Amino acid sequence: MTSFMTLRTKSGAFSFQLHKKTWITVLFLSLFSLFLFIVSLSIGSSFISPIDVIKQLSGHGSGEYDFVLNTLRLPRVLLAFMVGAALGVAGLILQGVIRNPLASPDIIGVTAGASVGAIVFIVFFMGTISITWLPLAAILGAAIVSTLIYLLSWKQGVTSIRLVLMGIGVAAAMKAVVTMMLVLSEDAVTTKSYLWLTGSLYGANWQDVYSMFPWVLVFIPLTFLAARTVSVKELGDDVAVGLGVKVQSKRLLLLFISVALAGSSVAFAGGIEFVGLVAPHIARMLIGRSFAGLVPISALIGGIIVAIADIVARTAFLPLDIPAGVFTAGIGAPFFIYLLYRNRNK
Amino acid sequence: MGALETSSLTLGYNGTNIIDNLDLKIPKGKITVLVGANGCGKSTLLRSLARLLRPKSGEILLEGDAVRSLPTKEVAKRLAILPQGPTAPEGLTVLQLIKQGRYPHQSWLRQWSTEDEKVVKQALKATRLKEFAERSVDSLSGGQRQRAWIAMTLAQKTDIILLDEPTTYLDLTHQIEILDLLFELNEQENRTIVMVLHDLNLACRYAHNIVAVCDKRVYSQGKPEDIITAGMVKDVFQMSCEITKDPIFGTPLCIPHGKGRRVETSKSFAV
Repeated sequence: MTSFMTLRTKSGAFSFQLHKKTWITVLFLSLFSLFLFIVSLSIGSSFISPIDVIKQLSGHGSGEYDFVLNTLRLPRVLLAFMVGAALGVAGLILQGVIRNPLASPDIIGVTAGASVGAIVFIVFFMGTISITWLPLAAILGAAIVSTLIYLLSWKQGVTSIRLVLMGIGVAAAMKAVVTMMLVLSEDAVTTKSYLWLTGSLYGANWQDVYSMFPWVLVFIPLTFLAARTVSVKELGDDVAVGLGVKVQSKRLLLLFISVALAGSSVAFAGGIEFVGLVAPHIARMLIGRSFAGLVPISALIGGIIVAIADIVARTAFLPLDIPAGVFTAGIGAPFFIYLLYRNRNK
Repeated sequence: MGALETSSLTLGYNGTNIIDNLDLKIPKGKITVLVGANGCGKSTLLRSLARLLRPKSGEILLEGDAVRSLPTKEVAKRLAILPQGPTAPEGLTVLQLIKQGRYPHQSWLRQWSTEDEKVVKQALKATRLKEFAERSVDSLSGGQRQRAWIAMTLAQKTDIILLDEPTTYLDLTHQIEILDLLFELNEQENRTIVMVLHDLNLACRYAHNIVAVCDKRVYSQGKPEDIITAGMVKDVFQMSCEITKDPIFGTPLCIPHGKGRRVETSKSFAV
C-alpha cells in the first residue's frame, strides 16, 4: 500500500488516492512529448534549430520562420498529438467496456462509418462543396454507423459479445461499400480517397486544430469522470450491477464518448489505425490496472505514437510526404513487442 | 420480516417460465442454501434476488422495501452478490479488486475515505489474503482467487451476501475453506448468507435453512434435519438414496443408491 498517496480533507467530504507511479509516468511522458514537440517543429524539408523554434514559440522570433512554423508545422504537430490522444483514450474506453483486449474503435464501426462518410463526400460532393466539410461528413458517417450497430445489437439490453459480432459484420459490409466506390470512381478520386483512408496529417491547418480541440477538451476529461465506473464494469456486467452500476446507461455513455473521440480524430486525420488498439496496452504495461491513471497515459502514448509517425512520414522519404497512417503500426508495434518481451518473466 | 422476500414472483426467459408464482421468505442472520437438480431454476432465483434478472411479474422485498423502487446503488449498500465464475481483467491486483467493492459507498469527490481503507483492510484480514494483496488475481490458485472475490463482496459491507455456486471448480480442501469462511462471517458478524450449492451433504452441514427448488416452485424449506428425507431427495433430484447422520456433525448425510464396488461393511479400514 506504500505506492499510494492519500489526500483527505478533515471533514471527509473530499478524499482521493494517488498512485505515485502514475504521476511519475505522466510527468515523464509529458516531458518527452514536449521534447518531441520541439523536435518535430525543427525537422522537416528545411531544418530549423530548436533554439529558433523556442524563440519563435515564445514570441521572440525574427519572422524568418513565420510561414514554415506557424502555418505549416505547428498546426500539423498539434493535430497529431490531439488525434493520437483521442484515439488512445477511445481505445482504452472500448477495451474496458467490451472487456476484450483486442477491442479498438474499429469494432464499433467508427472507422468504417467515417470512411463511408468521407468517401461518399469525396466521390459525390467534391468540387461542388468545399473540402472543409469533409470532417463533418466523416463524423456523421461514424455516428450513423455506430448507432446502427448499437441498435442492431439491442435485445433487452446490449451485451458486449453481440456488440462485437454486429460491429465486425457491419464494418465488413461498410468496407465492401468503400471498395466498390473506389473501384467505380476515376483514378484521381481513388487516389485521394485512398490517401484519406490510410490516414494523413498532410495539409493540416489551424481550422482543423480549432475544430478538433473542443472534442479532446470535452471528452477526455469526461472519460476521467467516468473512470470509477469503467473499473467496475471491467469485472463483468453481473458484478457491476451487484455493485450498483446502471450498466446499460453507463455503457451507452461510454460508447458515446468513445465514438466522439475516435470519430473526430478519424474525421481530421483519416483512418489512422493501430493507435487505438496499442496505446492502452502500452499504458497498462507501464502502470498496471488503474483506469483513472490510464486515461492520461493512453492519451500521451497515443499522441507520441502519432507525432513520431508523422515526423517519419514527412521526413524519411523527402520530398515525398507519406501518410502518417503507414507508420503508426511501424512505430507502435516494435515498442509494443519490446514491452511484451520485457514483461514476459514478470 | 425476512432479509429477503418474494411475493408471487414469476421468472423466465422468452415465454418459458422457470419460477412460477413463488412466495419465499429468507430469514435474517442465517445461512440459507438453495438446492435442486441442474436446471431447476435455483441460480435464476438467486440472480433475481440480486436484481441481475428482472422478474416477469411479482415483487422482491429487501428488508421490506420493494427492490425495484430502490436506487440500484442503495441496494448495493445492503446486498452483495458474487455471481458464478467471475473473471478479473488480466493484471488486476487482489487489492485493486477488493477496493472495487467500495464503489457503492464512494462518489467522485469521496474516492478513498478512512472508512473505505478500514473496511478493505478488514476484508483482506478476514479472507487471509494480506500477503497476496499486491499479486495479480489471475496468478492465484482457484481457492485464493475465490477468496479474493469474496473479499470484494465483503468490502461492500452489506448485511446480506448472495453467492452463486461459490465452491464450483474447487477441490474439497478449498470447498471447506470457503464454506468455513462464510460460516465464520455468519457466526461473528451475523451476516445473512444465501447461496447455491451442489453438494447436498455440505449444504446440510453449513445451512440453517435449506430451500429445495423443484418444478418451478419451492418444494420445501426448513432446517436440513427437518426436511431432508429420502422421499424429498427422490422428488427433487430424481435419485433414490439413504439418509443417515453425519458421524461427526450429526447433520443429515445423503448416500445415493446406484452402482459401485461393495466391500465387507463389518470390516474396518486399515489405519
